Amino acid sequence: MFDAALQSLQDSTIGTAIGGGATLFPWIECMHVLALTTVIGSIALVDLRLIGVTSRERSVAQVTDEALPLTWSAFAVAVMTGSLMFVSNAVAYGHNTFFLIKLGLLVCAGLNMAVYQGFLNRGSDQWVDAARTPLRARVAGAVSLTLWVGVVAAGRWIGFTMGAVA
Amino acid sequence: MATLNAFCTWLAQTPLSQNIQTIEWIIPAVQTAHILCVAGVMVSVLLLNLRLMGRKAADQPFALLAARVVPVIWWSLPVLLATGVTLIIAEPGRALQNPVFLLKMVLLTAAILVTLLCQWPMRKDAAYWDQAFGRRWAGRFIAGISLALWIGIVCAGRWIAYVQVA
Repeated sequence: MFDAALQSLQDSTIGTAIGGGATLFPWIECMHVLALTTVIGSIALVDLRLIGVTSRERSVAQVTDEALPLTWSAFAVAVMTGSLMFVSNAVAYGHNTFFLIKLGLLVCAGLNMAVYQGFLNRGSDQWVDAARTPLRARVAGAVSLTLWVGVVAAGRWIGFTMGAVA
Repeated sequence: MATLNAFCTWLAQTPLSQNIQTIEWIIPAVQTAHILCVAGVMVSVLLLNLRLMGRKAADQPFALLAARVVPVIWWSLPVLLATGVTLIIAEPGRALQNPVFLLKMVLLTAAILVTLLCQWPMRKDAAYWDQAFGRRWAGRFIAGISLALWIGIVCAGRWIAYVQVA
């Protein structure tokens, strides 16, 4: 059932167009890399500010306002390009352990962000100057960084376990 | 070309290269570190260039933003170099005999030159790019070139894997 759905995705016009040609997939992958580096770089800016490593002369709110629009627009591009690559070889990705790990880590990163924005960041308008952020905020930043490093690593390992080009 | 070929063959047979090739996790791990540093450079370059274009962080002086993000670039570049060299040692021919790798190095050199060109007038006058209409437009022009170069570097980096070396 699940495999049949994956197979029909793969056999769709979009799937065969990307999977069959030699140039479409690498170009989509280029866009994916551009998008994901922007996502991770901008999230790292916020995380490092929360931990207290960088941007300490700016408030957490300022750094967040500066970074998050970049994060969300790049994330949209990463999801679109990622989906296109998935469709081109859906059955194999669907059974690739590292792909599933990557999805799991992405969900965890999203949950961490939701929990932080939901209630851990209460009082964050006070986190200005070089003041240390509360422990809960520093933990949220460190968890986020770790998860995103995991997302990149899992993503790279997909390339080496699909039997195609790395 | 014969010399380069001989060098690549020799390098690929050194114990160091053989070790990197045989221990399966090294290449994806090194690539992960490489991508994380690309993320650092990418978001720094993006913020600086968007600021130069007047689209981002207009509330803070350019020099302040530069002081925050330019160190990220200069810290990432040596790690990128070290991880890049490791990847070359692992598969010398894949990179050194690949025209796309050469293109990447040319683009990289150009991007570094543009960055230095942008930094030079700021040594004496931190607000150089903020002043006067003409300078703001010069700044925008430079920002566009810089952004295009970095996008080219990332794309060339990914295409190295897809261009077959003769």
